[in-house]
Amino acid sequence: MLAIRAFLGAVAGSMTSPLRPGDFRATINPLWSRHRLSGRVEEISPETSDTSTIVVRPGLGWRGGLAGQHVGVDVSIDGVWHRRTFSLSSPPGRPDGLIAITVKARPDGAVSRHIVHALRPGQTVRLGHPSGRFVLPDELPDRLLFVTAGSGITPVMSMLRHLAEGRRMPDVFLAHSARNASEVIFGEELRRIAAQFPNVRLYEHHTRPAGGRPAARLTMAALSAICTDIPERMAWVCGPLGMVDDAESYWRESGISDRLLTERFHSVVSPGGGQGGRVRFIRSGRETTATADVSLLAAGEEAGVLMPSGCQMGVCHSCLVPLVDGRVRDLRTGEEYGAPGDLIQTCVSAPARDVDIDL
Amino acid sequence: MAAPTPLSAGDIEELGEELDRLRAEVLASRGEDDARYIRRVIAAQRGLEAGGRLVMFASLLPPAWLAGTAMLTLAKILENMEIGHNVLHGQWDWMRDPGIHSTTWEWDSASPAAQWKYSHNYVHHTYTNVLGRDRDLGYSMLRVAPEQPWRPVYLAQPLYNLALAVVFEWGIALYDVEIERAWRREKDLDETLSHLGGALEKVARQGLKDYVVFPLLAGPAFLPVFLGNLTANVARNVWAHSVIFCGHFPDGTRTFTEEEIEGESRGEWYLRQLLGSANISGPPALHLLTGNLSHQIEHHLFPDLPSNRYAQIAPRVRALCERFGLPYTTGTLPRQTANVWGRILRLALPGPTRSRTGETSPEPVIPARAA
Repeated sequence: MLAIRAFLGAVAGSMTSPLRPGDFRATINPLWSRHRLSGRVEEISPETSDTSTIVVRPGLGWRGGLAGQHVGVDVSIDGVWHRRTFSLSSPPGRPDGLIAITVKARPDGAVSRHIVHALRPGQTVRLGHPSGRFVLPDELPDRLLFVTAGSGITPVMSMLRHLAEGRRMPDVFLAHSARNASEVIFGEELRRIAAQFPNVRLYEHHTRPAGGRPAARLTMAALSAICTDIPERMAWVCGPLGMVDDAESYWRESGISDRLLTERFHSVVSPGGGQGGRVRFIRSGRETTATADVSLLAAGEEAGVLMPSGCQMGVCHSCLVPLVDGRVRDLRTGEEYGAPGDLIQTCVSAPARDVDIDL
Repeated sequence: MAAPTPLSAGDIEELGEELDRLRAEVLASRGEDDARYIRRVIAAQRGLEAGGRLVMFASLLPPAWLAGTAMLTLAKILENMEIGHNVLHGQWDWMRDPGIHSTTWEWDSASPAAQWKYSHNYVHHTYTNVLGRDRDLGYSMLRVAPEQPWRPVYLAQPLYNLALAVVFEWGIALYDVEIERAWRREKDLDETLSHLGGALEKVARQGLKDYVVFPLLAGPAFLPVFLGNLTANVARNVWAHSVIFCGHFPDGTRTFTEEEIEGESRGEWYLRQLLGSANISGPPALHLLTGNLSHQIEHHLFPDLPSNRYAQIAPRVRALCERFGLPYTTGTLPRQTANVWGRILRLALPGPTRSRTGETSPEPVIPARAA
């Protein structure tokens, strides 16, 4: 059976050479290509004033993912493909085969704004494969703690939906921080789950409650007074950098860092230093110049080089490429580094001076 | 560069700035319409190819053979000219579509894309019409410029140029391996052998598809399908050969010496591209089938602008030529083809050897008018 399939595959491959059979199928329907995974937008529904959920039908070759994982999504804007990484908000293995991402339009984010405001059902997006270790373990712990802020709720929503579908809901404490009640992404569904399952507790922290004065941020110190059994819980924390840093030091000081999984949104980019320089992409024969505050990823994309990319904030390591020559600067720390052969993260590295990249 | 025209250094600089502006304008306006254009051409090409091959399975009926062969020929021409050549130039890289990108594309031609990109994009487009540097000047086997010294072998060039036209893609594949440079010890032997291996592998895959797999699948129609594929390949070879020869070898185009291009400025580079290239005039369908190499002048000025934009900027390039008193060589396909063949016949014989300094215009210039 396998031999016959391999033979038929080889015949089909030699018929379409130098293209692949999938290239011809994709010409009819982009979803029919296995090696270039695409999806069709089925539905877009607003969650809050600036956040929408995009429901996508993935094409052939989609292998599914785990609750909490993220996926690279490419959208075409003015004929140019842009990749960004988003957490899946849908539970894995939906019976209808659909997946969902939930995207917040950032004021300075052209791509996220396009997805929330301009994307329409019927349009095609490209998809990567889900990845990430911010997931539930195979053996579910008895007690779980989720701490999230803003759009940091998305991977946790996927987990909660997955748990809600399961046979047994474990003891869950969810602390979520948002500006006010109406800005809570999935607010209604979260409250419904908390009402439906007696062992799910939802603590909503509002930093700008309606009519009131701005309140403090959600800190671990404050949370430990509300959720008194934190050390006995397995914890997932997802949100802006400050919140995740606070959580990591809390768990470190308690000596239970192994009970914490974190995921950061938003990168912090430090202002320029060094002078930048000429950037050469050896294999593509492209050359450009970039200042010291422009990432190599942005410079390469601008020059028309096919740059591998992912989260755009130095987390997922999808963008690693070998350095041939020169030195680069980490935009997050300002640190200069790089020896020939080093794998560099182009999304958070800028040229410190002239650099050659093996791409 | 020795002045090939009465232009002053200031004029040349101004010409360069005008052309840079034109390029920047097109770059800034690339968008969804252009992306849709190339996707549509690719879809049409794949439809024609699949359709042509399918129809050809019925080719025991002569009309089906004719229709299938015509569709496949058209598909193969589009694939090499408007799609392959231009994608491999990086004209569509700005879309960042991994399926339509110069670094991932492989084309339906005997020459592997990587080797062709080197010999074409780099050698030919950088050293366009420079004697001793541009290997496309006569493809190391033809005397197409009077400045090339005559050798007895050129007596046979009308014959072997005809043969080259028939086997053009195979000729290009062999030519991209640069065996003659290895022979002269200018190219490393191991590298040449590895290139040769790559080319042979590609040649085998191409041959397997057109001359073994599809004929076998056709069963009783083995021979008609074999012949149909052969016809399509030969027709495309002759077509590509004609279009490409009309690009740099008709009267009105000129060659340059290595001394002339020493220390060449951006403006002088543009000028050389302009003087070394010739267009083909005709209807939009002709431009599509030539892969817009009918706008050879615009293509050589801006090799990486999307091909659908050449027709759009051609009137402005032409107006610039008129303003600076430069020739803008163009003519219909039959006229330019006859002209090139006339030159190949004439230069098969010894002489004329014109001054290599390029102080005078080597050929009567076809004035800029609709041909």
